[in-house]
Amino acid sequence: MSDLAVRAEGLRKRFGKTQALDGVDLAMRRGTVLGVLGPNGAGKTTAVRVLATLLRPDAGHAEVAGIDVLRQPQRVRRRIGLTGQYASVDEDLTGAQNLVLIGRLLDLTTRDAKRRAAELLDWFDLAEAAGRPAKTYSGGMRRRLDLAASLVGHPEVIFLDEPTTGLDPAKREDMWGVVRTQVTQGASVMLTTQYLEEADALADEIVVINKGRVIAHDSPDGLKRRVGGLTLRVRPADPARVPDVLRVLDAVAAPGTTASAETAAGARPGAVSAPVTGDTALDEAVPALRRAGVEVTELALHLPSLDEVFHVLTDGSRASADAAKEGELV
Amino acid sequence: MTTLDVSVSVSGDLDKPRGGARAPRVRHSVALARRSLIKTIRTPEALIDVTLQPVIFLLLFTYLFGGAISGGDRHAYLQFLLPGMLAQSLAMGGIALGQNLNADIEKGVFDRFRSLPVARSAPLVGAVAADIVRYLTVCVVMLGFGAVMGFRVRTGLVPALAAVALSVGFGLCFCWISVLVGMLARTSGAVQGVMFLLVFPLAFGSNVFVQTSTLPGWLQAFVHVNPITPLVSTIRGLLVGGPVAGHLTATLAWMAGLLVVFVPLALRAYARRA
Repeated sequence: MSDLAVRAEGLRKRFGKTQALDGVDLAMRRGTVLGVLGPNGAGKTTAVRVLATLLRPDAGHAEVAGIDVLRQPQRVRRRIGLTGQYASVDEDLTGAQNLVLIGRLLDLTTRDAKRRAAELLDWFDLAEAAGRPAKTYSGGMRRRLDLAASLVGHPEVIFLDEPTTGLDPAKREDMWGVVRTQVTQGASVMLTTQYLEEADALADEIVVINKGRVIAHDSPDGLKRRVGGLTLRVRPADPARVPDVLRVLDAVAAPGTTASAETAAGARPGAVSAPVTGDTALDEAVPALRRAGVEVTELALHLPSLDEVFHVLTDGSRASADAAKEGELV
Repeated sequence: MTTLDVSVSVSGDLDKPRGGARAPRVRHSVALARRSLIKTIRTPEALIDVTLQPVIFLLLFTYLFGGAISGGDRHAYLQFLLPGMLAQSLAMGGIALGQNLNADIEKGVFDRFRSLPVARSAPLVGAVAADIVRYLTVCVVMLGFGAVMGFRVRTGLVPALAAVALSVGFGLCFCWISVLVGMLARTSGAVQGVMFLLVFPLAFGSNVFVQTSTLPGWLQAFVHVNPITPLVSTIRGLLVGGPVAGHLTATLAWMAGLLVVFVPLALRAYARRA
């Protein structure tokens, strides 16, 4: 038995003029979370749809739970759960009816399907709303119901296509908790996201996709090392104090780097940022700013944004922490 | 949201269908038909096209045009018209199905079904099966309201029930055209547009409203090859008397033909969609 929950080689798919997948290779170990990171239109959803047997690729080979996706799609379908980018629950059915229907389609008896539905509704804090049509649910409730629907059959491999897009931060953390629990129970999870922060929080390994190609496959730490780790950003209340802030941040910046005023096109001027190695930089920066008498309106640690990640990864000649910072300054 | 009690274990051979003696294809179709029925019950306004609309048409054609068409005898015209209106309403009643399926696919609900180990045909077959309720509703509304207006079944209970059974059966075959259009059209609005374009000539270019013999020759030719025509003749025979056997054979042949042509086309279009 393969120790890979997902293995894909050379997946290609074209829609009209768009080459959605241009030779994608993926490997996800059993019992782990693979984060698939990429912007809109990168091919993340297409890849998930191929692996979840919804779409036939033009070329390539894929196995899920050790089973060929193209040759034995029905066997694959018994072992996967899919939560789409847009909650695909049936709005006219109640939460319970949605889940019972899935159970019945997975060949549970009516009694078992009902029991499983009640269990999941309870677990996802939807027990009270179980008898209401899903169209009366809030966005977060719908998303939870959608996720519950993908778990009815105790899937070995779970595909989550941007499960937290559009959720507020608290709901997003709830969702992360659900994903972690699934993994501790032995499932393997492939998660697509546009946020490095989310991939970093959940994934054991991260694949970065751009324009239908995998441009990086690394551990979260490895990826962060390549793209420059954390950035400390400070915005003084008085823009005239920018030079003072520059001085303070220079002192806490990661070795070999310097603070810089943000001048990137589109960014609001007046902020200063510096690459830092850990959150101790915050402990040093705050008293230093106070001593210098600088009043700040913004002070935060950031993971590199997806833009920054891409800037580094797509410009291979400067794949270093310094390059990340320069990228930010262009 | 802390622990998950895994009380329903999925044990044994995963690939062996579980959960009862009935073939999984049938069981899945039944489960999906139930889903459609729940939706119908939740949104009774979606039944207007098989309740209020046929009634309005019946009133319109009996009282507004009926006198002129029949030369004054509205009661006799109602006897002639009602079986035809029933057939017409069945043909139009299938339009909503294609629209609903199209909307389901657009919303991504069918993605979920397609990611489950369900027979490819089950979502479509289930949706069609649930339409039985709509066609039965048409029959009950037409015969019930017709009775209030003065329509009388002149044959007997068994022929009348046979007419209802045939009507429902025809509706189930005819609606596969709508299913196919629902798979091909880009929006559910487009489904309605295309289906009206297809159904109106069939519903009106027939023997529903007037005797075929009153029509010009070229139109008679169209009426004779229209599948609605033998259906109307059969229902008329079964409800108010007259020859049935020949018309029934033609109707059943059309029903079989519709299934043979449109079921595979619809399934293929469904497989290609999304």
